[in-house]
Amino acid sequence: MIGEHLLRDLSPQVLSVLVRRGADFAAAEDAVQDALMEAVRRWEGGMPDEPKGWLVTVAWRKFLDARRSASARAMREVAVTHEPAPGPAGQADDTLLLLSRCCHPALSPASAIALTLRAVGGLTTAQIARAFLVPESTMAQRISRAKRTLAGERFERPGDVRAVLRVLYLMFDHGFGGATDLAAEAIRLTRQLTASVPHDPEAAGLLALMLLHHARRAARLDASGDLVPLALQDRSRWDTAMITEGVELLQDALARDALGEYQVQAAIAALHDDAASADETDWSQILEWYDELVRIVPGNPVVELNRAVAVGYVDGPLAGLRQVEKLDAGLPRRDAVAAYLHEQAGNDGEAARLYAAAAQAATSSAEMAHLLKQAARLNRRARPGGGPSGTGSDGPVDRDGS
Amino acid sequence: MAKYLLLKHYRGGPKPHPNAEAFMDQWTPEEIAAHIAFMGKVADDLSARGEYVDGQALAPDGEFVRYDGEGRPPVTDGPFAETKDLIAGWMIIDVDSKERAYEAAAYLSSAPGKDGKPLHEWLEVRPFLTEPPVVE
Repeated sequence: MIGEHLLRDLSPQVLSVLVRRGADFAAAEDAVQDALMEAVRRWEGGMPDEPKGWLVTVAWRKFLDARRSASARAMREVAVTHEPAPGPAGQADDTLLLLSRCCHPALSPASAIALTLRAVGGLTTAQIARAFLVPESTMAQRISRAKRTLAGERFERPGDVRAVLRVLYLMFDHGFGGATDLAAEAIRLTRQLTASVPHDPEAAGLLALMLLHHARRAARLDASGDLVPLALQDRSRWDTAMITEGVELLQDALARDALGEYQVQAAIAALHDDAASADETDWSQILEWYDELVRIVPGNPVVELNRAVAVGYVDGPLAGLRQVEKLDAGLPRRDAVAAYLHEQAGNDGEAARLYAAAAQAATSSAEMAHLLKQAARLNRRARPGGGPSGTGSDGPVDRDGS
Repeated sequence: MAKYLLLKHYRGGPKPHPNAEAFMDQWTPEEIAAHIAFMGKVADDLSARGEYVDGQALAPDGEFVRYDGEGRPPVTDGPFAETKDLIAGWMIIDVDSKERAYEAAAYLSSAPGKDGKPLHEWLEVRPFLTEPPVVE
């Protein structure tokens, strides 16, 4: 496609010009999409000298055309709107403006992610559909519906950074499954956000968290595509440059002395990344950060469960199990953590039973396969004449934050 | 966001609601047409909400098939015995929550049957396994 990357970079800039001129967000987004399609058709014969100016002119005309046919009154309102000059100074600020619209709390996370990817990420509907493994027509409807929801909402400037952070976190955590790399998109967008709100330590904390996890990506799956738990990952395959960047971002954020959940999760991830081997992990410090996380987000059972793993390393598996037992029996991954702690405590039978139960409740094929292998390994060890014991536990499917 | 399979059965599952006891060959052609039209409407409505992924119907006849060793033809067992659970088709949706999946299933289950009354048909709802989360 002609200038695909250029169009991708320009589309959010053009959108923000329209929004700053007073166009409502949904109508502006439609107009930008129309202008992009026209660009694809027209630019085959040669690029205009100023692609951005061209797109702004065309998108604005399309917006006005749509408005004119929709409502004469709305047209007059737009006509009296002052037009600020677009410029590089406005760009960083615009990122927050657009993101806070796309991540409005009235939208479900899935809708907010889809709209963000298109309006700010510059992805096509087809690319977003591939990321979520749904038909393109369904994704188009999801985005249209999100925009209709926004049409009835009032916007405040500068917008809610917390809601934006949450959506970007969920985008990152969605997984590497689809053909479109959502984790990479989330990092790209969070970078833009941190440029827009350079003094927000939680935005920096979230970017650090993403980088500190993304750095391990190459080691997460083995040659056959099976999930490799953190404790068994080949740490030489971790991206040290990315870890360094994440740690520096985190240190700057922490120095601003306004702790939040993303900074804490990033700190935990950094401690894992910092250990040359799993045995050298500083679990005492990790546990202190979990205590901090429990203070910041009280009553979150997922945090309590991850904290129990840390307690198991610091105070022993039985202490960890006492923490797990306080948690609701239906909590996802509770059985997996309990199984791991029971194995550490020497209760192989109970551990095998719990690993098998956890496999039944797993939400991903990779996790299910991992848990079944753990159960099988312990069951073989228990059988007379079974294979050699002492191969060591693979660890739970570690999640060092969330 | 998670994907769910809404599985429709010709046979099997819990005891049917009285409205769903008569097989389709006991309905009028208009009732059958209305039922099929409703299925299409459910798919359209789910599409409009950005939730529809796929839907297919299966022929009732088929057989069990398995491997029987190197160089040997596949072993078959069929047609299905009357007592066996029999899948009729499915719809796949991508929704925000389990509650929303159940709501969509209930809507599908309200399809009109004999005398135009809602079928109250049992649908099996199964979550898809996903990719593991990135934050480990």
